[in-house]
Amino acid sequence: MAKLHISTTINGEPTEYLCAPDETMLDVLRNGLGLTGSKEGCGSGDCGACSITMDGRLVCACLVLAAEAEGSEIETIEGMADGEALHPLQQKFLEMAALQCGICTPGMLVAAKSLLEQNPNPTETEVRYWLAGNLCRCTGYDKIIRAVMDTAADMRGAA
Amino acid sequence: MSETTNKWIGQNTIRPDGAPKVTGSAAFAADTNMPGMIWGSVLRSPHAHARIKSIDTSKAEAHPGVKAVVTAADIVDFPVDTPFPLGIQDMRWMCRNVMAREKALFHGHPVAAVAATSEAIAAEACKLIEVDYEVLPHAIEIDDALAPDAPILHDFIEFEGKPSNIAGTLEHTKGDIEAGFAEADVIIERDFTTRPVHQGYIEPHACLVSVAADGKATIWSSSQGQFMVRAMTGLLTGIPQSDIRAIPAEIGGGFGGKTIVYLEPLATILSKKSGRPVKMVMTREEVMRASGPTSGSKSTIKIGAKKDGTITAAEGIYWLQAGGLPGSPIRGAVGCALAPYDIPNGRTFGYDVVSNRSKVAAYRAPGAPIGAFGIECVLDEIAEELGMDPLDLRLKNAAKEGTQAVHGPTYPLMGYVESLEAAKAHDHYKAPLGPNQGRGVASGFWFNAGGESSAQVNITEDGNVVVTTGHPDIGGSRAGIANICAELLGIDYRRVSVLIGDTATIGFSNLTGGSRVLFASSIVVTESTNNVIGTLCALAAKIWDIDPEAVIWEDGEARPAGANAGQFPPLTLEELAARANESGGPIGAGAQINTTGAEGGFGTHICDVEVDPELGTVQVLRYTVLQDVGRAVHPSYVEGQMQGGAVQAIGWALNEEYIYNKNGHVDNPGFLDYRMPVASDMPMIDTHIIEIPNPKHPQGVRGVGEVPLVPGLAAVRNAIHDAVGVRFNDLPMSPPVVLDALDMAEAAE
Ligand code: FES
Ligand code: FES
Repeated sequence: MAKLHISTTINGEPTEYLCAPDETMLDVLRNGLGLTGSKEGCGSGDCGACSITMDGRLVCACLVLAAEAEGSEIETIEGMADGEALHPLQQKFLEMAALQCGICTPGMLVAAKSLLEQNPNPTETEVRYWLAGNLCRCTGYDKIIRAVMDTAADMRGAA
Repeated sequence: MSETTNKWIGQNTIRPDGAPKVTGSAAFAADTNMPGMIWGSVLRSPHAHARIKSIDTSKAEAHPGVKAVVTAADIVDFPVDTPFPLGIQDMRWMCRNVMAREKALFHGHPVAAVAATSEAIAAEACKLIEVDYEVLPHAIEIDDALAPDAPILHDFIEFEGKPSNIAGTLEHTKGDIEAGFAEADVIIERDFTTRPVHQGYIEPHACLVSVAADGKATIWSSSQGQFMVRAMTGLLTGIPQSDIRAIPAEIGGGFGGKTIVYLEPLATILSKKSGRPVKMVMTREEVMRASGPTSGSKSTIKIGAKKDGTITAAEGIYWLQAGGLPGSPIRGAVGCALAPYDIPNGRTFGYDVVSNRSKVAAYRAPGAPIGAFGIECVLDEIAEELGMDPLDLRLKNAAKEGTQAVHGPTYPLMGYVESLEAAKAHDHYKAPLGPNQGRGVASGFWFNAGGESSAQVNITEDGNVVVTTGHPDIGGSRAGIANICAELLGIDYRRVSVLIGDTATIGFSNLTGGSRVLFASSIVVTESTNNVIGTLCALAAKIWDIDPEAVIWEDGEARPAGANAGQFPPLTLEELAARANESGGPIGAGAQINTTGAEGGFGTHICDVEVDPELGTVQVLRYTVLQDVGRAVHPSYVEGQMQGGAVQAIGWALNEEYIYNKNGHVDNPGFLDYRMPVASDMPMIDTHIIEIPNPKHPQGVRGVGEVPLVPGLAAVRNAIHDAVGVRFNDLPMSPPVVLDALDMAEAAE
């Protein structure tokens, strides 16, 4: 199969890659580009471990074809911190022990950041429904929801 | 250790592995690649039960891009008539589980594997392997496997002198059960079933194996024990364990399901044959078809009590599915079922039943939730019959220090009664309920475990600390270890790095399982750190030219004590590290101990639900977990264990189950249809930590992680009964089941 040449921007860096027409964005990120922060929990859009944003929209990288990314702006977990300075959500997840094994964490953080960009003042129910596509088997969600709510409050206070 | 001087123990510090986990740089098993790496793929049985007459791999081997093929012929055989225990596993069954030998025992059972230059080529080549199967009738459910005309899975298994699917039994008895029932004023006997549920870790099994030209193997994999990976892979491939280096990747959840190998031996043989590093990653569908789960069960529970609530006798008979090969967790079911109670006459009996499902693996307190479910349901009914509060009934019969359990041991100091009293006093227990709402309670027990652990504590030349232990960290144990080491050394916890060693760099350490990791590793870390402190004091003594006994370690520095107190300025850890050569060299100490004294753990749950009578849906409104944890070294991660376990229990009670079709295939091998709890299903999970320090542990630690799954199934079920008056004795209580039962109850009125 002839490979396709794709030009895109990933975490602010102009990035080019070759991909097969049936390759997913997740495969290219993980195997082609070495961005293994996005995880594959299911490959079918059901766990959210592969959450990324494309042109600001939250998507499952396992459901996007790599070839669809031509010209788009992609953000992954690797682009969330500003150098050594963690994003407030990342910092809060650590302070509030909102991760145990950590495999769901990159997807949770990407999804939560996307929520707060659209809705800086979500209710608990809104956070729970927004994150309903991100499975976590370790935490029972309690500390994740609290961390997102707390971060939202902090960020509102800082803004 | 005095309660008031703790600086780090009991603090919610930032975990040592935190930043990599939130930035995406932490390396889980599937995140590692190597130059020259190729991909492995597994061919799995399309039948639930079939004799394998022959396998022809020649077409696959000739396929362009294929580098190696493995079948059962390449795997060391452990004959069925010679038991070969390794920990709680038996290699006879492990060798047949990683690759079907005489027979394929379940749909998805590995039959062969291929390594090729791409995943796609490996998968394509699998299809070129020709397997000649003789398809056999299958048995999926316990009753199918026990029927008089049931297909027999293994001709070498006999029960009561006849070929059978009952592979083993276990019994505990105490007192005189018949006499006990004769004394009872009320006797209730009920039948229960629970469904098999998967551990549900989000990270599928994955490994990367490189066998070098000299035959030495390096394995990166996600497991609950790098030493287990080394031992099982060595035994199954014939490679000496000294030639295998098993490196623990970060593990993305296990809950017991990663205490055995699936892929590592296959990848090792493929790498050895091809001379290339081989990576294998399961799909979610493979995880659901061929790994885990825990057993489904049926049970008959009978409990008798006097009018005042005193239990006079209790009996539980359990049948647990093992999957295609023997080894269901009957020990946990029959051992834990009655453990919370002081019962004069008790009997538990378990049957290990094989059927054509994937072989079960440990799942968080293996067997214990199954054991507790029926008991805690019948107790609820007895309380109702006697007009007693269900917590009072449990308090009346609660095991305490000195109680002899039905499963044998006499309990030391422990906090079960405290969990019940805390539940009674909790405002949750008194909160008002609305229409269609109900409240349930239940209790549970888990053994906890000690066993082998190793640690090394080294002081760096700049006066900081590196701690290495041998246990994969599955939920924040590194944070607990940093707290303990920093506490002992009297330094800031951020100066302590905690690492997980591989099999070549740290001494033998048993599995991350049995709620043993913080218990056991803090024993070896404490011993090592205390030895390091001894060395530091000796160095200071040498510098000051006084007796080592005349030096004490306080607040991160050596101070002259006794007659010499105040004679010299203290020497800090940094100063002593810089002058280590004056004492004869590096400062470090290790310990390798077979730890003991892990006493059992108890907990009580309160659950509120609301049942929608139109839809049959059950919403958990409020949930409180109360548990004696001994000592909460890092309270947030202790709470996290309690919350995570409770939510797994809620999923087991309400939704999770495998749907098998008539061919014996799982019809829902994915997260869409195998419905684990999601964030919008759950309320916050309240926790109430009780600390009755374990007297046999230097910090008072007791296992925490498994107890919180045990009471949950019955707590939810008892709450639903309270809400709608229907007693559900079969799990899961999914909307169609609830709706049917409500309709039937209505029709009966
Ligand atoms: S891997 Fe993409 S949603 Fe699960
Ligand atoms: S922390 Fe393990 S799955 Fe969320």
